[in-house]
Amino acid sequence: MTPPLLEMRDVTRSFEVSAGLLRRRRTLRAVNGVSLRLEKGEVLGLVGESGCGKSTIAKMLLGLLPPQSGAILLEGRSLAALDRKAVARRIQPVFQDPYSSLNPRKTVGAIIALPLRVHGIGDRRERRARVFAMMDRVGLAPRLHASFPSQLSGGQRQRVAIARALITAPEILICDEPTSALDVSVQSQILNLLQDLRRELGLTYLLISHNLAVVEHMATRVAVMYLGRIVEEAASETLFGRPRHPYTEALLASVLTPEPGLGLPDTGLGAAFPNPLEPPSGCAFHPRCPKAMPLCRGTPPPARSKDGARVECHLCAAAVP
Amino acid sequence: MTVETFSGAERILEPSAGALLRRRVFGHAGFMIGAAIILAILAAALLAPWLAPHDPYAQDLTRRLVPPVWDAKGSWLDPLGTDQLGRDYLSRLLFGARISLLIGFSAALISGLIGTGLGLCAGYFGGRVDMVASFVVTTRLAMPVVLVALAVVALAGGSLHIVVAVLGLLLWDRFAVVTRAATHQVRQLDYVAAARATGCSTARIILAEILPNIMNALIVIATIEMANAILLDAALSFLGLGVQPPLPDWGLMVAEGKEYMFFSPWVIAIPGLALFTLVLAINLVGDGLRDLAAPENRN
Repeated sequence: MTPPLLEMRDVTRSFEVSAGLLRRRRTLRAVNGVSLRLEKGEVLGLVGESGCGKSTIAKMLLGLLPPQSGAILLEGRSLAALDRKAVARRIQPVFQDPYSSLNPRKTVGAIIALPLRVHGIGDRRERRARVFAMMDRVGLAPRLHASFPSQLSGGQRQRVAIARALITAPEILICDEPTSALDVSVQSQILNLLQDLRRELGLTYLLISHNLAVVEHMATRVAVMYLGRIVEEAASETLFGRPRHPYTEALLASVLTPEPGLGLPDTGLGAAFPNPLEPPSGCAFHPRCPKAMPLCRGTPPPARSKDGARVECHLCAAAVP
Repeated sequence: MTVETFSGAERILEPSAGALLRRRVFGHAGFMIGAAIILAILAAALLAPWLAPHDPYAQDLTRRLVPPVWDAKGSWLDPLGTDQLGRDYLSRLLFGARISLLIGFSAALISGLIGTGLGLCAGYFGGRVDMVASFVVTTRLAMPVVLVALAVVALAGGSLHIVVAVLGLLLWDRFAVVTRAATHQVRQLDYVAAARATGCSTARIILAEILPNIMNALIVIATIEMANAILLDAALSFLGLGVQPPLPDWGLMVAEGKEYMFFSPWVIAIPGLALFTLVLAINLVGDGLRDLAAPENRN
């Protein structure tokens, strides 16, 4: 069996948080034993509340942050053992905020050409030609070549960020909330652009988002994250059609409906996201879980896998022996 | 057809970035006044050998303390009068501009390189590097500039090189503190992460991605430190520990003239005014640069 394109094996990453000058430093487990597989050509959606560790995963997959334990494998080879530039040629990011992801001192052309210059691809003329070709591909007018990011709209900026990511023809794009900083009207344009590019260039995406509608629209497979762990992972239709983890159910129930008069949906979760410095015992979700049992308080739930779907919950463990 | 006409019209109506910048620069009165004064002093310094009516070192003891031309006893022979050794004051003033500008520029350059380098490392790498750099900055801040300068000059002897070196090695604290804070801020932005994710080397990230974005603050500090260095040099020279006679330094001219100031006030008023004008002009340019570079004032 060929190894998956990108794989995380039991990856952990924690941060030391200082609480004050004389207080003891505390450990924040941002990512706590996560295993993920990214197969070629798929779009894996990663959803979860703010602070659950989604962006830490993105940084580790980009090689910006080393994992503390576990391994990240690119086609079966450890990311840590590979050359930084070699990884950069294959995995590229698209960040959330196109206002901070573009250097305000550089022109659009220089920003898109930077990866080519770093990797020493082509001479000046060839690089220029490739930049114009890529700008055309992502829907940027050639006259914007000499513009500065401050002269562009949010959507145009995100197109520049996508062009920069794709100019070296990588295989994997890590999109960390690629549309949440954009206007609603522009969001769909960027999502459609990402879809088209994936089809044309055969890309593989890891799409991080807290917007379930975006994930449902884009993803072929979805992983739900809660407090540093993947609590449920399944094909997109399965997860949206028949969620099994109570947290996934609550997330799906929290999607706003366009129906006026219904008011805000009640997630039944309460507003409090637990303090990641003091994670609850047992199943991390049990203080907010509407279906919590005494067992959940003491014992972390085992992972159950079936038909490529995976869930971590005592309820499902009981149902699927 | 119509579309093409429109795009053509747009190009005519929309001024280029260069034109916009020019308009903003010329519209800033303070910057223009400061720049004009600095350019005038720079021209005077560069053209001193041709502009000066006399040799700045030539003494004429028969014509000591001649008042300037606007005084009843003055003459056009020495337009700004002569000093206590009968040297032409205008010539000394013109040659003195060279020394003031040289000291200001070199000291700001040396301290800029030290402070910016230290601040970039501290801000980018953080952690231990930051701790060491912050300790060095604190140590430097704990040393009183004038006293250290006095001690070093007293031990090593006063000369132009030593004054430049001492000031350059003492005035970098502000560069370091501001660069560190600005770098720390910029390094957390996504474009730095994007540069790292494309495989940029650390040196490239620091020099090509971070440095241009903190340059505005650095230029303003460079002007402040330049003015500061010129004033400190004048103070050291006044105390007799800076540039040594017979060099025509403005601070030294004030020092040499102080015994005669009651009967010949111009001997300290003229170099004092020159110092004041130069420092004011540098500060005006610094303020102007800060205004012009601020993003909220663009367009």
